[in-house]
Amino acid sequence: MTSTSTSGGHVTQFNDEHIKSRSLWKDVLFRFSRSPIGMMGAVIVLLLIIAALFGPQLATHDPNMDMNFDLRWAPPSLEHYFGTDELGRDMFSRIMYGARISVQVGLVAVSLATVVGTSLGILAGYGNRWLDELIMRSMDVLFAFPAILLAIAVMAILGRGITNAMIAIGIVYIPIFARIARGEVLRVKNEEFVEVARALGAPDHAIILRHIFPNILAPLIVEISLSLSFAILAEAALSFFALGVQPPEPSWGRMLKEGQQYFRQSVWMGIVPGLAIMLSVMGFNFLGDGLRDALDPKRR
Amino acid sequence: MNYRYLLQRLVLALVVIWGVSIAVFLIIQLVPGDPARVVLGVQANEENIDAMRERMGLNKPVLEQYVDWVGGVVRGDFGNSLITSQSVSEQIGNRLPATVQLAFMSLLIGLCVAFPLGIISALYPNSLIDIVASVISQIGVSIPDFWLGIMLILLFSLTLEILPPSGYAPLSEGVGDWLEHMILPAMTAGLISGSIQTRFIRSAMLEVLHENYIRTAYAKGLRRLTVIRLHALPNAMITIVTIIGLQMTALFSAVVVVEIVFAYPGLGKLSLDAVLDRDYPLLQGAVLTIATIVTFINLGVDMLYFFLDPRIEYS
Repeated sequence: MTSTSTSGGHVTQFNDEHIKSRSLWKDVLFRFSRSPIGMMGAVIVLLLIIAALFGPQLATHDPNMDMNFDLRWAPPSLEHYFGTDELGRDMFSRIMYGARISVQVGLVAVSLATVVGTSLGILAGYGNRWLDELIMRSMDVLFAFPAILLAIAVMAILGRGITNAMIAIGIVYIPIFARIARGEVLRVKNEEFVEVARALGAPDHAIILRHIFPNILAPLIVEISLSLSFAILAEAALSFFALGVQPPEPSWGRMLKEGQQYFRQSVWMGIVPGLAIMLSVMGFNFLGDGLRDALDPKRR
Repeated sequence: MNYRYLLQRLVLALVVIWGVSIAVFLIIQLVPGDPARVVLGVQANEENIDAMRERMGLNKPVLEQYVDWVGGVVRGDFGNSLITSQSVSEQIGNRLPATVQLAFMSLLIGLCVAFPLGIISALYPNSLIDIVASVISQIGVSIPDFWLGIMLILLFSLTLEILPPSGYAPLSEGVGDWLEHMILPAMTAGLISGSIQTRFIRSAMLEVLHENYIRTAYAKGLRRLTVIRLHALPNAMITIVTIIGLQMTALFSAVVVVEIVFAYPGLGKLSLDAVLDRDYPLLQGAVLTIATIVTFINLGVDMLYFFLDPRIEYS
């Protein structure tokens, strides 16, 4: 009896020490590392980031200037891993440079959506009822537009180009972050630790920054990952419609449009950029799914 | 029955449409610089720019411009195209049936894929069919709609040569021709929306299948098909209808893209053409029409809840 109890006590003590030694985020990382989907997503995203950061070093040719009209529409070979396009430019090099544009647009657009959307959501959830109604009904208006149509309409105002594409995509995702942040603030703002901070006389901005914000981070992190997949898709779509990245810059969407025009000459031109977009989107989706499971294990 | 819920949803929908009208009106107002100069280009002379400002009504105060514009919209007058001078309402009227037909066919194809796959996956979780459905669904969620469209054109139009790669044939010219032009665009939007719906139908069914009343139904000796038809599916419908409702905005987003890829003469293609031509009245008309349709569909879904579960309340 004593022995069992001691043994049990020993095991409990070990577990407590084990748990204490891991912080919340280490715990999340541990759970994430056990999610095959999440890890697959992390690997794909890592490869995409490497391609974006080291595109110029990895590219075998100049993506725009290195033209060879004798080698137009060449199939994949050891010289040109993904073949060549209608101007004889190396598709592999253009894909590498295109990764940089996709990641850049994704990061800027999602940062814009996260900062503006989260701020609006916090204001709506924490502020008075009128402010809440005003902000959330405005968000309902933005939700009434199909995402790509809203992006097209914003491009109509701002004009074509990569910077405006980033802003347009960011605006499309603002209501989603606002809705998530508001919902989370409503959940957290009446928790005891917030009431204690309020009772101790903490000002509103301190309560929001120190007590509310850290507690609404988890769903926002998941949404950031999922939004990055949408941003990459939307940038490709806008460039495909000739509204986003302008020639000769190698955007995946633009390359796909050119691929569609020259299908009869080269199938590769239409397949390779599409696969690059799909893999990147899949990577961020998988990463988002893995993060969701790791941050909120009850939802699995 | 809680009719207050219906009334609240209707008022909310009208508020949203009013907000949408302001947002759409602001498209011209927010153009940096002089919208008339943007429409005519940098080489236009002052006389032409003044004439264009007059034509676009930009010389009036903003509030008066809005009242004039929204008054016209209410009467079904969206103004005239800046490029063709044709009535915008007429152009929208010509394109609207094509978009509605495409959206309906896409939804139909999506549901035909999603319901059987979602239900079977839920009935046999972690089985081979569940894994296959999950992989298809993941690909569907990640595949760019414009790329899937191109791949379908490559396969069915350029390689097999059995379906046209673009265009539209009105129903009045024969069902066969209409269907031939409809299949590829509807398949593109439908397969993507269906793969997303499959995930939600699976999880809604899985949740319901673990309920006590399902166990009781089996214990009474009912057959599996009867349990699904009479007990599981009706109870999963609230979640499923919610998802289908939420998906309608995404479906219309896919329809816009698909119309552009397949040169399908609907409102999505009209919107892009209007942006490329800087034809603002045409863009405003097309965007407002699509957003209003989406809002009314969402309202319809809300109404449907009411009949599926009369206990529902507005919060």
